[in-house]
Amino acid sequence: MPAVTETRETVEKLAKSSYEWGFETDIEMDIAPKGLNEETVRLISERKGEPQWMLDWRLKAFRAWLEMEEPTWAHIHHPPIDYQDAHYFAQPKKKPGPKSLDEVDPELLKTYAKLGIPLHEQALLAGVEGAEERLPVAVDAVFDSVSVATTFRKTLAEAGVIFCPISDAIREHPELVQKYLGTVVPVADNFFAALNSAVFTDGSFVYIPEGVRCPMELSTYFRINARNTGQFERTLIIAEDRATVSYLEGCTAPQRDENQLHAAVVELVAMEDASIKYSTVQNWYPGDDEGRGGIYNFVTKRGICRGARSKISWTQVETGSAITWKYPSCVLAGEGSVGEFYSVAVTNNHQQADTGTKMIHLAPNTRSTIIAKTISAGHSDSTYRGLVRMQPKARNARNFTQCDSLLIGDQCGAHTVPYIESRNMTARVEHEATTSKISEDQLFYCRSRGLSEEDAVGLIVNGFCREVLKELPMEFAVEAQKLLQISLEGSVG
Amino acid sequence: MSDFLKIQGLQARIDADGTPKDILKGLDLEVPKGEIHAIMGPNGSGKSTLSYVLAGRDDYEVTGGSATFKGQDLLALEPEERAALGLFLAFQSPVELPGVNNANFLRTAVNAVRRARGEAELDAVAFLKAVRAETKHLSMSDDMLKRAVNVGFSGGEKKRNEVLQMRLLQPSFAILDETDSGLDIDALRIVAEGVNSLRSPDFSALVITHHQRLLDYIVPDRVHVMAHGRIIHSGGPDIAKTLEKQGYTQFLEAAA
Repeated sequence: MPAVTETRETVEKLAKSSYEWGFETDIEMDIAPKGLNEETVRLISERKGEPQWMLDWRLKAFRAWLEMEEPTWAHIHHPPIDYQDAHYFAQPKKKPGPKSLDEVDPELLKTYAKLGIPLHEQALLAGVEGAEERLPVAVDAVFDSVSVATTFRKTLAEAGVIFCPISDAIREHPELVQKYLGTVVPVADNFFAALNSAVFTDGSFVYIPEGVRCPMELSTYFRINARNTGQFERTLIIAEDRATVSYLEGCTAPQRDENQLHAAVVELVAMEDASIKYSTVQNWYPGDDEGRGGIYNFVTKRGICRGARSKISWTQVETGSAITWKYPSCVLAGEGSVGEFYSVAVTNNHQQADTGTKMIHLAPNTRSTIIAKTISAGHSDSTYRGLVRMQPKARNARNFTQCDSLLIGDQCGAHTVPYIESRNMTARVEHEATTSKISEDQLFYCRSRGLSEEDAVGLIVNGFCREVLKELPMEFAVEAQKLLQISLEGSVG
Repeated sequence: MSDFLKIQGLQARIDADGTPKDILKGLDLEVPKGEIHAIMGPNGSGKSTLSYVLAGRDDYEVTGGSATFKGQDLLALEPEERAALGLFLAFQSPVELPGVNNANFLRTAVNAVRRARGEAELDAVAFLKAVRAETKHLSMSDDMLKRAVNVGFSGGEKKRNEVLQMRLLQPSFAILDETDSGLDIDALRIVAEGVNSLRSPDFSALVITHHQRLLDYIVPDRVHVMAHGRIIHSGGPDIAKTLEKQGYTQFLEAAA
């Protein structure tokens, strides 16, 4: 049939052009030798000028990691990872701070331009003075392991908000870091979290003081940009009583051959009546159409609603990575606190995703909502794995879970694995799940209105994900829609 | 002029649970530019198959004959290329697209077609203005633009939404597949008016219907009677009245 042939040709064309954002930036790097041992941990800590307590903390994590084994329960398959065959530290060589965009490393600007970051935002990213009055988004750019630039500090500082690279926070706000780091995700929480704790090189630190509504969305662009450098970002966000913050994390990565390990840890702490909204658009390089060379993404994200009536909301759109292993979770410890998880996970070609959430209800009257949308195409495999646990004190706690899977083609898989544990008779847990395929009827209807097959799929998929996408901040939602479409190009046939 | 839509000896089959079933068995039909033709026929005569084959649905295999539109081999084109060329099918059962905002769908479709025809795309403001004018014309509420495409629409709303799409996409040839089914008399009048106001020397339509009733409102230039996958009789609008009174029997017997 001609339609099938053409679709196949389209797929081949797209597979060849494939990763739109696969490019590499040539910036002078300061790189640690390959391998992971105590010396590596000491070197990282020393290069970052860390105090002794931080080094001790890292070493404790490293020693715990040595005793741990890589988890095998997830529905993913990959060749064994050689943890000795990677660099654990790389940073662009420091130059004096730029006064204007002309002074910024042109390679860096080119990278930003390819990522479609607007010019005024580029100036902000690169830390050019005076560029900050125009934009209500603060950006902390993590260019490889070191934050090249941090912006908006002044405006935020006036509100009392601290938003800086975590390595700066370790030096400048040691009391806060010491008080909260590792309290939500302990150093020995799991294999990948322990690894991260030992060797994390950078990430963001956010502190919103009591009663402060953060005056702008906080945003970080992540990029992996040094060949063979494992990425170990560490993010810590604290919202004191009645504080509110919305944090955006987005990333793209350049194309390369080796599998790259990415093991980030994110910790959120919400005190009484505080609210933290954490949004992610994740687009790490997924590998070629055979699945070679993609990023391995093993992430531990967890938030604790420590205060009464506090709220933590995770929204994620996951389109990238060869392997995704990620379960943003909420521990609902404050009475009447609220946890939310909105997720879209897209897998295509040979991508594998095992992702979901955990809602741990500790206190009475806690509520959680889980909306998970899974889209599988090509030969990919996607698993939703979610835990809802009602502890004995979680009187009148409630959870609503909805998992919808959309299959494109007949070579892919989607699995839903809900774990429900209720130890309180008054707690209520609801779970709904659906699986559907994009129907020929829908495609034909759209095409008869002039839409190409790709556009039709994009439209239908975006419709399927609407409940999640509407949770994203506006500019992120637009980017996410584009990503969904790019990720599924050539997947119908 | 004469070669606007020309179908010759068209044969098509569908795969019915593993066994091919012939549905169109040598169908001839011509619709000249600027004319509105009607096709009437009993259930199972192949009317809907004809509309799907013309619009390019994959499930049907064309086994013989030809169909040209504006001199082009229609059957060689993808459905979206046929739409760009000016063909439009108003579905008998419009398809639901959960979560897809109707206004967004309409705008995507309009701009896809405009792009393919080499016309400038409409920005959000221009589009909204165009769509508002049309919805008013069709007595549709703005609410229908905000809802997901056809999801939770009543039968009448679905059909009006089809006519809305037709008017926005500005086809030169429209096929209306039983657009009258499920419509009350007021809705029927509105829909018919939507079609009639497109009448021009550059617009043709093929109205597929069971009932004479629709043809009271959309008066065709010619009426064709279809049975067993073929056109068995053609004539003026008065045929429809004969059919309404006497049924298909006399035509079927005459053709046998």
